[in-house]
Amino acid sequence: MRNIQYEEIKQAVKSAVIKANTLLPDDVLEALELALENESSSRGKMFLQVLLENAAIAENEKMALCQDTGMVSVDIDLGQEVMITGGSLEEAVNEGIKEGYQEGFFRKSIVGDPFIRNNTGDNTPAVIHTHLNLGDHLRLTIFPKGAGSENMGQLAMLKPSQGIAGVKEFILQVVREAGANACPPLIVGVGIGGNMEKAAYLAKKALFRPMNVANPSPDIAILEEEILAGINALGIGPQGMGGDTTALGVNIITFPTHIACLPVAVSLGCHCTRRVTIEI
Amino acid sequence: MIDLRAPLNGEDIKSLKTGDEVLLEGTIYAARDAAHKNIVEAIHRGGVLPFDLKGQMIYYVGPCPAPPGKVIGSAGPTTSGRMDAYAPLLIEQGLRAMIGKGNRSREVIEAMKKHGAVYLAAVGGAGAYLAGKIEKVETIAYPELGPEAVLKMNVRNFPCIVAIDCRGNNIYDLK
Repeated sequence: MRNIQYEEIKQAVKSAVIKANTLLPDDVLEALELALENESSSRGKMFLQVLLENAAIAENEKMALCQDTGMVSVDIDLGQEVMITGGSLEEAVNEGIKEGYQEGFFRKSIVGDPFIRNNTGDNTPAVIHTHLNLGDHLRLTIFPKGAGSENMGQLAMLKPSQGIAGVKEFILQVVREAGANACPPLIVGVGIGGNMEKAAYLAKKALFRPMNVANPSPDIAILEEEILAGINALGIGPQGMGGDTTALGVNIITFPTHIACLPVAVSLGCHCTRRVTIEI
Repeated sequence: MIDLRAPLNGEDIKSLKTGDEVLLEGTIYAARDAAHKNIVEAIHRGGVLPFDLKGQMIYYVGPCPAPPGKVIGSAGPTTSGRMDAYAPLLIEQGLRAMIGKGNRSREVIEAMKKHGAVYLAAVGGAGAYLAGKIEKVETIAYPELGPEAVLKMNVRNFPCIVAIDCRGNNIYDLK
């Protein structure tokens, strides 16, 4: 049995939310730099330059990359040989977020009730998914996501007969309908299979994978490339004002499903997709 | 690049064409979802508005708090479409320019054409960059809304693109 203190988790989460909101992940930076080289629209190029400059300012001045510092998703892998003492795991995560958002001068964007809409004032609660598995590790992926892109995600319960063609068509439709709202160039997360909530969860989780890490399935990796080419042929471009770079990457996760089901969910990550994984 | 003084005058608005790149200097007001809801309710009951809408420019933004030594935190545009339900009434009441990101509804564009208003886009997600173009910030209404309070801002060299001009030409209509 390994003992991990509440306080240690809280501090780690606090540092992680500050890092996530101020430092664009390497793979996203690389993808934006590559897009700048390849973009043929001069307006699109200008936007990509501003985004790279924005990332440099945020890093140097320790400012939030985007004013929408998001609702925080936290994905937790917990070894079942870990004992957490001094408080609950979820409380440690929420307290870490609360302190990090205060210390980082980040916007508090969470309302306590969807109708009354009173701001909770500390950017909590987070949306937390915990997975128990073998071992004595504690790994947390911190994923603050802004609402501009989050609002444009969609889910469809397709018929199995619609197959890959139906999935492709749906993904393109989601990106087209998102237009400028989701802040392209996008990272497109796709969950295929499972049931309704599993597909939605996997679409979000797909965005955790850095774009320079290949899909473990070679067939799905090819599908990702095909869909990316299709998306970039739409011509939506940076900021939705035209260009070749509508998406930087497509990440897919698949899961077993029911004989009658073909669920597909699309979670759109903006050009400022922020994520940090920590191991305690 | 066109240098413009905010608030814009009628001649400026008429001369702007979709796709024009502009640099704003002057006074603009920050308001987003909850502030719009309050403003529209105040108009309906004949109450006091946070500022006189006539001729003014609203920036759809909910900034981060100001870190020490800065006037404002990260402050990029939010998705304008969420304000579409409120914007036609504000335009009717005298609002002449909006800054945000993303497309607008047919109703908003019709109101813009009818009353001579313009819609500018700032770079979505470039909050740290745009914060550096804001020189002074004052909370003038609804402080209880936190990040959604109405702010009066002075900006300089604040870059925007004309996304929809007063004739209804729309940059988001990609052939």
